[in-house]
Amino acid sequence: MAGSMKAVKLRIKSVQSTMQITKAMQLVAASKLRKAKERADASKPYLETMVQTLTDIANTNTDFQSPYTKAGQNDKWLYVVIAGDRGLAGGYNSNLFKFMEQETKGRGDITVLPIGKKSLEHFKHRNVPVFTEEYAEVAKVNLSDCFQIAKLICEAYSSGEFGHIYLCYTNFVSMLSQVPTASSLLPLSDLRTEEKPTDGKARELILYEPDSETVFNAIVPEYLAGILYSSINISYASELAARRTAMEAATDNAEEMIDTLSLYYNRARQASITQEITEIVAGAES
Amino acid sequence: MSSYHLQVVSMDGEDFDGQVQKIMLRTIDGDVEILARHTDYCTAIGMGTARVTMEDGTVRKAACIGGMLSVLKGEVRVFPTTWEWSEDIDVERAKAAKAKAEERLKDQQLDKQARIRAEAKLYRALVRLGSSGQDHEVD
Repeated sequence: MAGSMKAVKLRIKSVQSTMQITKAMQLVAASKLRKAKERADASKPYLETMVQTLTDIANTNTDFQSPYTKAGQNDKWLYVVIAGDRGLAGGYNSNLFKFMEQETKGRGDITVLPIGKKSLEHFKHRNVPVFTEEYAEVAKVNLSDCFQIAKLICEAYSSGEFGHIYLCYTNFVSMLSQVPTASSLLPLSDLRTEEKPTDGKARELILYEPDSETVFNAIVPEYLAGILYSSINISYASELAARRTAMEAATDNAEEMIDTLSLYYNRARQASITQEITEIVAGAES
Repeated sequence: MSSYHLQVVSMDGEDFDGQVQKIMLRTIDGDVEILARHTDYCTAIGMGTARVTMEDGTVRKAACIGGMLSVLKGEVRVFPTTWEWSEDIDVERAKAAKAKAEERLKDQQLDKQARIRAEAKLYRALVRLGSSGQDHEVD
């Protein structure tokens, strides 16, 4: 009995120290989350209205001079995948990769531009070709890096290295729910939601000044940089929220374990005392 | 004068959302002014001062650099890379940036890349100063 009591006591101690760590991680994530959420909220309108506007443009566009508006030139796909730098964030990383697997099913020729150490590790492990490892640390990517990445992507796309560019990130729906999402970046015709009108309805034309090619060449790199930057902000908030929720659950579980273990320990202690008394009484009576 | 709905959304969040009479800003192809009932339109923004005329006729100025302007079905949206209302511009910082850029440009040995960067910095500082209502306007 005494031996098992000691083991239980040790177990309680070990669970307690684990709980301390999870509790600390929860608090850190919660305090960082507040700031990250503000930034994510600020980025959201840009991302949403920008995508909406470009979808509208893609739907009405009849001009295909610019390489960015033409339908995909080949069957090579580049995925920009934004994940976290660290684990212990619940399903944040694995959900994204699972979603990504679903997304890319049946698409043979895929290259990945990973942002976030976990993303790089994941795709390297699976022997997926990696476009550049330069931006592996998501915490260090700032706005000017986003412009660099956008420039790289634009160059690769215009030179015909890829036919389609996609972005994979985790959308921050609320503190409790983060959903992995994929969206098309290039060409703009991939953004089209409506089929070409065949009923002879007149299409509304958009006036481009000075001309569509110049406009798209100027807009597209900035649009990519803006979208990347805002989705990185949103993903970061999602990561912290996921980590906070996961660590909260871990802390709760640890507390529960400590409760059961203490109960067991006290019972065992009580039993051993009772046994001792019975032995003494029996000894005195004989 | 009739008004229309204007949205200015930059990466730092929504800078403006409301009814205006007109907006004038500098595109890569020169100054453009959008009035109500403009045709569907799309262009890229250059560097310059944007003037927004509100519904009540007051004019607000802002430094507006890069990005795009779109008019779709009467909705006017501006997606600038940088948008700073004149009252929010840090004049001291812009002046310091201007002085620093000018200093750099004096150096004859400056390589081409660095020169382009310094010129862009100088221009941004000048746009900010011009939009803040202080110093001279950029033309």
